[in-house]
Amino acid sequence: MRIIRRTRLALAAALAAAAVAALAACSPAASSGGGSDASAEAPGAGATKIGFIAVGPKDDFGYNQAVYQGVEALREALPGVEVIDAYNIPEDDSAATTMESMIAQGATIIFATSYGHLDAAKKVAEAHPDVVVVHQGGLLDPAPANMGTYFGSVFEPVYLAGIAAGAATETGKLGYVYAIPIPQTLANINAYTLGAQTVRPDVEVIAVSTTSWCTPGTQADRVASLLAKGVDVMTQHQDCTKTIIEATEAAGAYTVGYHADASELAPEGWLTGSEWNWGPLYTQIAQTAIDGDFVGSEFNGNYRADMASGANPFVASEFGPSVSEETKALIAAAAAELEAGGSPFEGPVTAQDGTVKVAEGETPSIETIEQMDYFVKGVTGTTS
Amino acid sequence: MIVEILSGAVRGGTSILYAGLGESVSERSGVINLGTEGAMLVGALGGYAVTAQTGNPWIGVLGGAAAGALLSLVHAVLVVSRGANQFASGLTLFFLALGLTSLFGTGYVSRQINAFTPVKVPVLGDLPVVGPVLFQHDPLVYVAFVAAPLVWWVLFRTRAGLLLRTAGERSDALVVHGYSVTRVRYVATVVGGALAGVGGAHLSIAYANSWFEGMVAGRGFIAVALVIFGMWNPITIAGGAYLFGAALSLASVLQAGGVAVNQFALDVVPFVLTLVVLAVLGKRTLLAAPDELLKVLDNSTSR
Repeated sequence: MRIIRRTRLALAAALAAAAVAALAACSPAASSGGGSDASAEAPGAGATKIGFIAVGPKDDFGYNQAVYQGVEALREALPGVEVIDAYNIPEDDSAATTMESMIAQGATIIFATSYGHLDAAKKVAEAHPDVVVVHQGGLLDPAPANMGTYFGSVFEPVYLAGIAAGAATETGKLGYVYAIPIPQTLANINAYTLGAQTVRPDVEVIAVSTTSWCTPGTQADRVASLLAKGVDVMTQHQDCTKTIIEATEAAGAYTVGYHADASELAPEGWLTGSEWNWGPLYTQIAQTAIDGDFVGSEFNGNYRADMASGANPFVASEFGPSVSEETKALIAAAAAELEAGGSPFEGPVTAQDGTVKVAEGETPSIETIEQMDYFVKGVTGTTS
Repeated sequence: MIVEILSGAVRGGTSILYAGLGESVSERSGVINLGTEGAMLVGALGGYAVTAQTGNPWIGVLGGAAAGALLSLVHAVLVVSRGANQFASGLTLFFLALGLTSLFGTGYVSRQINAFTPVKVPVLGDLPVVGPVLFQHDPLVYVAFVAAPLVWWVLFRTRAGLLLRTAGERSDALVVHGYSVTRVRYVATVVGGALAGVGGAHLSIAYANSWFEGMVAGRGFIAVALVIFGMWNPITIAGGAYLFGAALSLASVLQAGGVAVNQFALDVVPFVLTLVVLAVLGKRTLLAAPDELLKVLDNSTSR
């Protein structure tokens, strides 16, 4: 009896201790100085440390590699500032924990660079009104004083890449491997198709989903199926691109890149692609915050840079060996139109089911494009 | 389309097949290893790393096998020598493997390797239907064709296999004849882990030719379920593995073919398939279990 009671007592004590420890760990980190002095200094002003979190590894030949290259460019541009960067940070609460620890180390500007980091970023921004938290790719409505989102019009260089794809294909079938049918991805696939259709109106774009941003096994399977269907130009919207590009190159098909320049993986089949050049934009945002001008600036909202603004961080990649001069000229002409204020989605744009989504002569706003939920005619695939 | 699905089934089911064979060997001796997924993960990274360093994918396969064997050795020490809870040990080792491979694998994410390439079997590979389905794959797939009957033969036609099965059915009988149950179970668990490691290596150096954290994506757990509803028979396990391969590749073929099915629904298919088969087979699966394994299912340990 005595042994049982002692054991029970010990168990209860252990549970109580664990509960107290858990509560202590989960309570919001005591932010330096609370809120009362925040109005005196603008968030992020005079920052000496900047923090970056990224969802994947820094050498994935894709999205996160581009972030890393941007961070390196920022380090060069602002030598007096220490930049702390953390990779492989998942899109859940651990993102908030990582950001909090960066703030504890003295960071007063935080960049959360993955789409799924938005919720964690909002939480951290609320807890630290003296820290500027900017998010890559999300939408805030409204944006708190110390928060902002930023992105480029990714679909514009993808439209140009589509022209190269349409010109290069012999079978008339293009493959697009994507993750999840979010508006950004749908806009990309649609722009790619519209671009290809300008040189080859009967082109078919087969869009297949892997339901994840990087699973090499699934990617390999999707590519094999697309190649079996006769696809001879492959592109993707994935975080990691190595598996897809290598498989495409091994099959002798063409590759259009995305996120980063991966031409070394496809020395013969590389056509072109689109890649991030985050350095200038990261530097602009950081400098604005350091100067104390963040609140009320263009970055204190949903900042989208397109080609017409001259500051699109998403740029076209170098051409590969097989792209003809005529195609390059066509692409240059299309790029000039976009820089003059044109849009890949200038009407008429028809969805798969025949409804006219953009009327003739109209151009949809960036907000409309970032809520796209359909595929255009010419795309084989389903959004749901 | 059928040919594509079947071809994808063989290609995708091979890694699950190796892991299933390994787990059947281990379970036949009375040890359940829920860490099979972990063994596949270390096998995938080990295989990829060794191939990257040596430039030879066959040595990479050995590296993957060794990695899987090593992880399972830890499992053997915990559950055979120390009598620990088999389920807890297996799962813990899985989580350990997940963390370790994610950490040590970061340097290999962008590394290119000299991977296995598909090799068409002369004559047989040119046959209609059968050719693309069975004879136009990488070498490890062909080895798997031989591995399943080989494991069956060792288990049911050799003395070593008899000892192993006795350890799983009536361990006292082994003791009476002067054999060490511990030693038999150690060997079985380590061999099981080695096979699972080869399965993982197939994923990284033949199937996807890349390494990424968590890339095994549940195949190890499918293998464990497979052993149960394959009723611990290597031949039915092989069939089940290819069935799962078909479920996995169904998503690719349907999407590429323009069939409008929700992609998340397709992801669920392999797991729903497992539940359906288990429901249909029902009590039969439990009755086919090695007796010592039933003890484990009752107590979570082999004691």
